[in-house]
Amino acid sequence: MDTQRYLSMYRTMCLIRRYEDRLAEVYAEGKSPLFNIAAGPVPGEMHLAAGQEPVAVGVCAHLRPDDAVTAPHRPHHIAIAKGVDLKRMTAEIFGKAAGLSGGKGGHMHLFDAAAHFSCSGIVGAGFPPAVGAALAFRRSGSDRVAVAFAGEGAANQGTFHESLNLAALWKAPVVFVIEDNHYAISVPKGVSTAIAQNSDRAASYGIPGTYVAGNDVLAVDEAAREAIARARAGGGPCLLEIDTTRLYGHFQGDPEVYLKAGEKEEWRRKDPILRFERWLADHGILDAEGVARIRDEVAAEVEEAIRFAREAPDPDPRSAFVGVFAE
Amino acid sequence: MATETMRKLTMARAISEALAQEMERDPRVLVWGEDVGVYGGIFGATQGLYTRFGPDRVIDTPISESAFIGAAIGASAEGLRPVVELMFVDFFGVAMDQIYNHLAKNHYMSGGQFTHPVVLMCAVGGGYNDAAQHSQTLWGLFAHVPGLKIVVPSNAYDAKGLMISAIRDDNPVMYFFHKGLMGLGWMPSDDLAEVHVPEEPYTIPIGQANVVVEGADISLVTIGATVPRAVRAARQLAADGIRAEVVDLRTLVPLDKEAVLTSVRKTHRLVIIDEDYRSFGMSGEIAAICAEEALDFLEAPIRRLAVPDVPIPYARPLEQAVYPSVESIVQTARELLG
Repeated sequence: MDTQRYLSMYRTMCLIRRYEDRLAEVYAEGKSPLFNIAAGPVPGEMHLAAGQEPVAVGVCAHLRPDDAVTAPHRPHHIAIAKGVDLKRMTAEIFGKAAGLSGGKGGHMHLFDAAAHFSCSGIVGAGFPPAVGAALAFRRSGSDRVAVAFAGEGAANQGTFHESLNLAALWKAPVVFVIEDNHYAISVPKGVSTAIAQNSDRAASYGIPGTYVAGNDVLAVDEAAREAIARARAGGGPCLLEIDTTRLYGHFQGDPEVYLKAGEKEEWRRKDPILRFERWLADHGILDAEGVARIRDEVAAEVEEAIRFAREAPDPDPRSAFVGVFAE
Repeated sequence: MATETMRKLTMARAISEALAQEMERDPRVLVWGEDVGVYGGIFGATQGLYTRFGPDRVIDTPISESAFIGAAIGASAEGLRPVVELMFVDFFGVAMDQIYNHLAKNHYMSGGQFTHPVVLMCAVGGGYNDAAQHSQTLWGLFAHVPGLKIVVPSNAYDAKGLMISAIRDDNPVMYFFHKGLMGLGWMPSDDLAEVHVPEEPYTIPIGQANVVVEGADISLVTIGATVPRAVRAARQLAADGIRAEVVDLRTLVPLDKEAVLTSVRKTHRLVIIDEDYRSFGMSGEIAAICAEEALDFLEAPIRRLAVPDVPIPYARPLEQAVYPSVESIVQTARELLG
């Protein structure tokens, strides 16, 4: 058993959770007693991914820095798992000059060329670019792959169906990952989607589709291993749909009136990090001391990123007027 | 050799020649879109490419515009230089998000980390009774969104040079070819567009207008298929002793403001001719620039000839009624000088 690999996955999950929990606090600064979305050190919308760590970590564990990823409007967990620079990402979310894009993108529009990572605030928009990146990889003769992440709501977009068909035609090395957190903002999957599992839709395009139940990082790890290995080996695209839970609202400030009674408590009881922690303990990989050490480490890393972002200078307003075109 | 140098090409042949030469020069250049393969493009822009470069570089796509235009975003980010055709500009609606929210903005939003050398080419314009969903030009709509360069050649020479420049540009370029200039044989085409085209590759800078007729009395500023119409109008006006200057903008973004201002400062009179809709578009933009920067030079009100704000109608007399014509250009110029 590769204990270092499991510890690394556990650590990344803890880093994501700590990051999102701290960002929830930082985001709230300056927004009380009256919630004002434009106030505080982090303005604008904020979509947090706590609870969805198994998806990002289980999939990205099989990716290399030169593989491409497109992510949706809820991108932090995927960015962190893909290796996006945490300090510069945080500075971008704070709208600072030292941010990934010098403050021109923000939380929903994170770009890191070094990590081949990009995201979009438009639902379903990441599928076509991932197919294109995969075409470029296939043509160059490399074994690089592209992964498009999106929520289950995005599987009802035309881009999803168009992209699966095109990827299958092109035998493009791309893996489509649907994060099924059960709600498209407020609309439950059963109200928006005519079939129970989007993974069944893969059959329409002659590609494999797998539903991964249980919000379980080990199950995701196994499914992603097969899917990504297949794409790397020239086997073409496939579709993974991964059952997960969103521990915060759709965005910070969401009253969550649509949740069923006790639903959130049930998700918290089944916290995927705690379950993985227990599994690691049961297999003698991690003890209480190890847990405490890792949690301290990731907390320090998050604080360092937040400090870096807070202290970074604002962008020069004149920079708003340049950079529309490449020179 | 002498006949060789005087070789004339249709605009369609000039475009496909430019594509072939760039594909020969740079293996990163690929062409994809609907019917670009065996068919050679519905308007002939990719003629001969499939035979020469094969299905790996000239790719027929499904009718999935969001997917294949969006694919150009990811492909260009990872090293390819796609030229993507979408038949009619009228069809872009179904893929607009990939164009105006992503292709146009990613370079800026990424702080310059991502570049997208993509050419999106399509047919524009009417004049052959194809009605409201197949006859628009819509360049003003795309020029309105920051991040897209807009190219509209008016003849075969410019078409080749501008296509080569568009492919070599590191930015997204919308390349609009006018159906009424392509020389297709199966639809009307202005023979002024079929001109001498050198065989060797050459570039025309994107953002540089061309004064196609020099004159001192009035400026006719236009783009695309109304350029030859303005040239014919200038010839008629010359018979009356009116020396009209015709400025072919050639690209809308970047706009060669100085060429327009220089002409207006010389002639003191301006008519803007645009095959796009009148309101909130190219004609208003150029009028505003001249009002802001050359008002003191104007000796007459600025006049605009553009499609009045109605959808393009089908029947011949209706369609002809909405387009700027040689006659309407001549009449407007005479009124300003009267």
